[in-house]
Amino acid sequence: MGAMAAVTPLLETRALSRSFGGLRAVDGVDFTLESGEIRAIIGPNGAGKTTFVSLVCGRMPPTSGTIRFAGEDITALPAHRRVRRGIAYTFQITSVYANLTAFDNVALAVQRHLLDEPGNRPSRRSLAADTMAALERLGLADRADAIAGTLSYGHQRLLEVAMGLALNPRLLVLDEPTQGLSDGEIDNFVGLVRDMARVSTVLLIEHNMPVVMALAGRITVFDAGRILAEGPPEVIRADPAVQQAYLGTAAA
Amino acid sequence: MAFGPHLLLAALEGLVTSAVLALMALGLSLVFGVMRVVNVAHGEFYMLGAVVAWWVASLVTGHPALGFLAALVISPLIVGAVALLAERLVLRRLDYNPEATIVATIGILYILQQLALTFYGPDARPVAAPFTYRVLFPWFGYSGYKLAVVGASVALLLVTWFVLMRTRLGLVMRATQYDRETAQAFAIPVDRVYAGVFALGAMLAAVAAVLIVPISQAHYLMGLDPLLLSFIVVIIGGLGSLRGTLVAAVLIGLSDGIISAFFQPTLAKMIATLIVALVLVFRPTGLFGTSAR
Amino acid sequence: MTGEEATREMPATPVPRRRRPPAGNRVSTGRVVALHAGVIALLLALQFVLPSYHHGVLARVLVLAVFAMGYNLLFGYAGLLSLGHAMFFSAGLYGAGLSIYHLGWSAPSAFAGGVISGAVLATAIGVLALRTTGVAFMIVTMMFAQVFYLTTLYFNVWTGGDQGVVLQQQARTIPFAGSTIDLTDPATRYFAALALFSVVLFSVLALVRSPRGRVLVAIRENEQRTTMLGYDTFASKLVAVVISGIVCSAAGAAYALLFGYVGSTFASVQYSILPLLWVLLGGAATTLGPFVGTLLMYYLIDLSNDVLAAWAPGWNFSAIGIVGIALILLILFFPKGLLGSIRERWVPWLP
Repeated sequence: MGAMAAVTPLLETRALSRSFGGLRAVDGVDFTLESGEIRAIIGPNGAGKTTFVSLVCGRMPPTSGTIRFAGEDITALPAHRRVRRGIAYTFQITSVYANLTAFDNVALAVQRHLLDEPGNRPSRRSLAADTMAALERLGLADRADAIAGTLSYGHQRLLEVAMGLALNPRLLVLDEPTQGLSDGEIDNFVGLVRDMARVSTVLLIEHNMPVVMALAGRITVFDAGRILAEGPPEVIRADPAVQQAYLGTAAA
Repeated sequence: MAFGPHLLLAALEGLVTSAVLALMALGLSLVFGVMRVVNVAHGEFYMLGAVVAWWVASLVTGHPALGFLAALVISPLIVGAVALLAERLVLRRLDYNPEATIVATIGILYILQQLALTFYGPDARPVAAPFTYRVLFPWFGYSGYKLAVVGASVALLLVTWFVLMRTRLGLVMRATQYDRETAQAFAIPVDRVYAGVFALGAMLAAVAAVLIVPISQAHYLMGLDPLLLSFIVVIIGGLGSLRGTLVAAVLIGLSDGIISAFFQPTLAKMIATLIVALVLVFRPTGLFGTSAR
Repeated sequence: MTGEEATREMPATPVPRRRRPPAGNRVSTGRVVALHAGVIALLLALQFVLPSYHHGVLARVLVLAVFAMGYNLLFGYAGLLSLGHAMFFSAGLYGAGLSIYHLGWSAPSAFAGGVISGAVLATAIGVLALRTTGVAFMIVTMMFAQVFYLTTLYFNVWTGGDQGVVLQQQARTIPFAGSTIDLTDPATRYFAALALFSVVLFSVLALVRSPRGRVLVAIRENEQRTTMLGYDTFASKLVAVVISGIVCSAAGAAYALLFGYVGSTFASVQYSILPLLWVLLGGAATTLGPFVGTLLMYYLIDLSNDVLAAWAPGWNFSAIGIVGIALILLILFFPKGLLGSIRERWVPWLP
């Protein structure tokens, strides 16, 4: 245990809170995520899951508390700087650039990380090659020239993930990634996340319990803005408080 | 003239400006508040009101008051009809998209200006005041008509306030302003409310114009300055706030009157516009607030 | 919805096709460069065949098209609708014109002075106005431009106000290799205008096809998403405002040098609306659209003035009615403009 404590966690929040008017959407959350984990966040609607990851990604400022990423305090950092430090966020509602081609969507992510490498002015060719490689990885290469808005919903979700991956993130935050996907697409997706987890840490908000159980190493349960429980899937599954707050209502 | 009386005179002139400005800005504010449309052509509805007033008054013979009263009734009706037409033919087809409607109302602005130039001409023409009574102060005499304009404006503002706050029509308008979708769900004919509000806004501008033509003449380019002043009033006063609009109109009108009396008007306009632009930059919420997308 | 459903049912097996089909940003650079070089070659050839009236008009249109291209960078690509670009054009116009008129600067340094004025102004305006978005951005830029316009009127001792100032012929020459280039000579003027136009056209082309240009479009399409890809969108927008300001002020400075007149009309709100109209007509976010729009609008106004004057002599006409009708028709029925529609229907590789 002593040796474990010496390792800096990838992400750590302390007393993180966010209020909207009188409502405390996230309420004093202490959360730790180790490198290499696949962590799922579950909880009933309105439990503060999306608000919590929005705070982590910098899409909104916290009311109070701190966020540390790879040992450094990033609480005051604007969202785009957090992305460049390695936090990638895929949107809950698919938000690809509907009027641009799939290629351009991914190229926007690829060129960002190419530009960040010092002394590296990416050539047109290397940008195109990397972009095609990212599309290839998600099986979208043959759709490269399609306008993103005309792709099927499942393909748009994949494109969104491709953009997240192309950033080469250290932490990939997936907000309800399987929402609206067919069963076959979900199976593919589970394989894909396992793949990603070899290079990135994955934090996913997910409602689909089979997906959570199949993927997550640990699960964090949110309820009313606080962490209700945390642990390996089998422990969470057996926890009576969780069953009452979440699984019970979800099963009904 | 000594400084005191000079200031009084300037303040009186400013009060007249305030009165007219309040009516005009109220129209602009209603249209923006309810429809989220920035009507750049608002100044041209004002200009059209003045030009039509001149046309009506020139057709009526007899006592000047007859021509003036006829203009006061007919001019807002005609201007309201023109606005209604523009709303149906252009704004509704754009689905009230904020940026597209600005471009479209710029188009309407130019078309109205062109029509006025073509059919009315480049000259400035006055309408005779309905009466010429002068109020005598110890230091100078002052036009009774100008004071009557202030009174008329106050009366009209009270009526508007009553309609907005105390009638079903006002309730419907406020509900639409608050939330378009919900209003629709409650079977409020949002479409017709929009048309009505746009026409009403234009009519307020036209009334303001009819009141002002006996003081300053009708001219096809007269719309620009009041438009800018109304923008300033609406931005300073905050949107959808009747009281804010009134306070800002008095403030801007008075300072315009007083500053113009003592400073070069161009400099005054320059500084006022710059200040308002900076207000909009640094305090956008509460002024244009939720509008910014 | 039904369309989406249908696509979803389709099997995801790849359709056999060419490995790298040319489209969007992946089109071979050759074809695009050839098109633009062809346009410039055509304009160069026209100089030798056009009758003098149209020759003069085209020189003016080329300069104004540079103004429109600068506007298009911000409006078409970055999606920022400014209603105050007259101030950038006239910053260049006054910066160049007044430094010749009052300080006796040479034409090249006056041109540089104009462009620097525009760059400084654009930086200041950008920092302030970009704190707002959407409708507020439009109003704020319009108000700053109005302040600029009033400033040119207020300091009429130096600017000449409404009347403006005329630059003498000898001030508009550049000593070059023992002789002088006379910018007032029609042929020289045409070449100078075309040179500026070509430089700006290819610079814009390079910019919009670069990664930076792709970011501008991304901001227009979805600013939030672009932030979450790690881009500082404020910085990108500021760069766009400054580049746009530089291009527009270069047009203004060139206008002062080539046509020898500097006046406050060019700072009035009408000259903020005109580039919007030209770009809407030609096609926003197309490289050649601003030129096409400027050219067509110029001749449309010219022609309609002639026709109306013949049809109804003695009536008061001006360009504003045509401008108004064109604005409304474009925004209602043709929001993509000429080249935008052509790109959509027939020529997807058009930049």
